[in-house]
Amino acid sequence: MASIWEYANPKKFIETTDRLLPWLSVTALLCLVVGLVWGFFFTPDDYKQGSTVKIIYLHVPAALMAINAWMMMLVASLIWIVRRHHVSALAARAAAPVGAMMTVIALATGAIWGQPMWGTWWAWDPRLTSFLILFLFYLGYMALWSAIENDDTAADLTSVLCIVGSVFAVLSRYAVNFWNQGLHQGASLSLDKEENVADVFYHPLLVSIAGFVLLFVALVFLRTQTEIRARRMRALIARERLQ
Amino acid sequence: MIALLIRDLKLGTRAGGGFGLGLSFFLIVVVLVPFGVGPEMGQLSAIAPGILWVGALLACLLSLDRIFALDWEDGSLDLLATSPLPMEGVASVKALAHWLTTGLPLVLAAPVLGVLLNLPQAGIWPLIWSLGLGTPALSVIGTFGAALTVGLKRGGLLLSLLVLPLYVPTLIFGAEVARRGAMGMEIATPLLMLAGITCGTIALLPFASAAVLRVNLR
Repeated sequence: MASIWEYANPKKFIETTDRLLPWLSVTALLCLVVGLVWGFFFTPDDYKQGSTVKIIYLHVPAALMAINAWMMMLVASLIWIVRRHHVSALAARAAAPVGAMMTVIALATGAIWGQPMWGTWWAWDPRLTSFLILFLFYLGYMALWSAIENDDTAADLTSVLCIVGSVFAVLSRYAVNFWNQGLHQGASLSLDKEENVADVFYHPLLVSIAGFVLLFVALVFLRTQTEIRARRMRALIARERLQ
Repeated sequence: MIALLIRDLKLGTRAGGGFGLGLSFFLIVVVLVPFGVGPEMGQLSAIAPGILWVGALLACLLSLDRIFALDWEDGSLDLLATSPLPMEGVASVKALAHWLTTGLPLVLAAPVLGVLLNLPQAGIWPLIWSLGLGTPALSVIGTFGAALTVGLKRGGLLLSLLVLPLYVPTLIFGAEVARRGAMGMEIATPLLMLAGITCGTIALLPFASAAVLRVNLR
């Protein structure tokens, strides 16, 4: 039976992702366009928030992906530490800038949303603060990757940083909760249906989230391919020099 | 282990070891704050616990890259790696030595500097408690950061970027204890949380530091 570890072979990984990427990108684009257009133009305005509520279609998916990108990096780092598959380490590296960008989008749209609603661009609210801290973690992680020359050393060190960072990120989340009570509303989406936003907003939001997930996967595939090819180039150049 | 601790303490306290540097930095931060926010006593006493905590944290950060850098340069870290002492032990001892030379003086100096910032009488003991319980965590986390960046040429700035987010929970609970103490409120909850963080980091992080050191020495 085909095992998932086959894709640890860079060649196999590139072949498979090459086949998947066009489909992924097109579906991502489609979902994003449908979700955003549906959300922006074909949903009613909220009775209290007016049309500002529509930024939810960018804000919630970006925030979701910002956290899930870190989770994906954590899993990839663990796989690298346990099974030493290079593709895994490179995927973690590839996901970091995408995750950081998602964090920025979530923070920026949150600020734009917060200005008319709360009357302030920024508040030291637990959720906002934890996102800022998450962004700092992304920055540190990327900086460490780029600072170390040896690829394997860099992969090892960043993996450990990712694991330790995850623990501290969770810790910070609860610490910040303790530190200040917030303006931010509770979860917009949960398995408990009672708490969800109303259905009119919910369905386009789901489509938009699907778009963001697919976009993230496509970007990570693409960036991982780039990393693999860049590494191959370096190996080729090094071989040329030796001859 | 004890020999290593004594050696590190000697190196740390002798001239050029950087002992007192963190302390002076702490003093300067505390002196600069009134220039920045104005000399009004009420305002100063309101922000005193927070300033003292941030100052202590920055002073701690300042001396972190010395933990492993010198040993890395002259090769004694390689010797330590080949010695019978496990890497985890080395990391713990290094953290302990860092705390004894940096953290402990900060704890002792904080009440005196608190007077400069008009810290209320009631807040002095909570401040000492919170710093006493919190600075070990800062040293242990800092040791991990120093171990991560030991092989880098200019690791200092990167070290700060890596370590500061890790300091957030400690700072939150520590400053909360000091603030509540200064306002005469009950401090047990954040103090226990702070103690929990310190115990957890002391118990677990040396393993991460040791793993990272092994990678760097490879």
